[in-house]
Amino acid sequence: MALPQKESTPIFSDATAGTLRLIAYLALAAVLMVLDHRNGWLHRARYATAAAIVPIYKIAAAPADWVHQAGTAFAQRSKLIDENRQLREALLLAEARLNRMHAVTRQNERLKLLLDTQQLLGMHAQLARLIDVQLGPTRDRVMLNVGANEGVHVGQTVIDSHGVMGQIIETLPHASVAMLVIDPDHAVPVTVARTGLRGIAHGTGDTAQLVVPNLPLSSDVKAGDQLVTSGLGGRFPAGFPVGTVAQLKRDASGMFMEALVKPAAELERSGEVLLLRDQPDPIGPPAPAPEVGPPASLAPTARARSQGQPAESAGAIP
Amino acid sequence: MNRVRAQGWVFWIGIALALLLMLMPLPALIQPLKPYWPALVLIYWSLEATDRVSVGLAFGVGLAADLLNGALLGDQALRLAVLVFIVLRFRSRLRFFPMWQQALAVWLLLLNNHVLQALIRAFAGDAPMPALSWLAPAVGAAVWPFVFLLLDDVNIRLRGKGAKAT
Repeated sequence: MALPQKESTPIFSDATAGTLRLIAYLALAAVLMVLDHRNGWLHRARYATAAAIVPIYKIAAAPADWVHQAGTAFAQRSKLIDENRQLREALLLAEARLNRMHAVTRQNERLKLLLDTQQLLGMHAQLARLIDVQLGPTRDRVMLNVGANEGVHVGQTVIDSHGVMGQIIETLPHASVAMLVIDPDHAVPVTVARTGLRGIAHGTGDTAQLVVPNLPLSSDVKAGDQLVTSGLGGRFPAGFPVGTVAQLKRDASGMFMEALVKPAAELERSGEVLLLRDQPDPIGPPAPAPEVGPPASLAPTARARSQGQPAESAGAIP
Repeated sequence: MNRVRAQGWVFWIGIALALLLMLMPLPALIQPLKPYWPALVLIYWSLEATDRVSVGLAFGVGLAADLLNGALLGDQALRLAVLVFIVLRFRSRLRFFPMWQQALAVWLLLLNNHVLQALIRAFAGDAPMPALSWLAPAVGAAVWPFVFLLLDDVNIRLRGKGAKAT
């Protein structure tokens, strides 16, 4: 064992070659990073290799699952566990519906307007489970077990039974990545349920806190106020709870207040989440009016119709 | 021949396990303290088997880790390449350090790695790392003796078995 090590001891000319090689690799890494930052190559590469990568995630998440299952193994009845899981999913859906109902009721009271509740309450959602892996050094992204092949697309809202969790930012064939509301890059348009005051809630990177900056000093907000999504901006549907105001303080300039908000969703604990299928009403000009009159393909049959034949049979002749 | 192949298996399995450990979640409280496993395994192998580890291999492992981790592509590739380069350069000295000095060197290597990571994140415009994560290199250094002894034990056993078989 001693001999081959002596042979491989670097000589000086080797050392310079090694340094050059290192510099080449560093340059390559820098180029990769810049290209990835600009083009999102990583996403394409991950999408292409997803068939191999997603099983690896499942393996990595397995020990955490086992620990979880060891806790429930006392019952030793898989049937019981399955039933429990089904019931929990049903409860989640019911609770989410209930929450939604609550927000809509309050909106109704405040605005004294008839809303199209039929449309607002018809909620199409898809159940998803978290895959417990850590993406990146911080905990503000989560991986879900449904992906593009199950109809998930970028921009869908993710909620749990208590409120808004975040939105989908990346899809793989059978998995997708959601950015949580507490990510510092994330913002949600919100409104105070009691007064209707609008604001934007940013993430802080802290799982227990969001911040709504730039509120006028005179605005009517107090600790304990509920914040719900306002639906402005067209990303999140209106009326889902986002959080509760925990504290109000002046910002650094002293000209405005900022509200520190406790997120409503249980970001640390949720295991099952819902992906909303319905996108909010698009904001923009109304769709062009449909064309009036018979379709152009029937134009040549005008003569046939004048000869007393029905249009269908005339269309079938050629 | 047999021994070399067996060592190859141990090498790749070790790296695969390190990548899995990197992905594995811990309770949120101690999450930032998680040591950087791929770096520890690569340090061991670049001390013990220079013919196996090169800067290029570290780059490749880093790319794989980036793909798995979903961070910026090239980030870990760069950091692991730098780390292995330094270890290979000072290998003859590091090998004969007593364990506590070796652990100290590992702490410095991991700290350097952490500084690079913070720089890259700053350049990419990501949020800064949690403050607690600056203790992760120290945890890595504390774990180092155990990683070293474990891998060394497996390595020596294989060597003994291989010698008997051939």
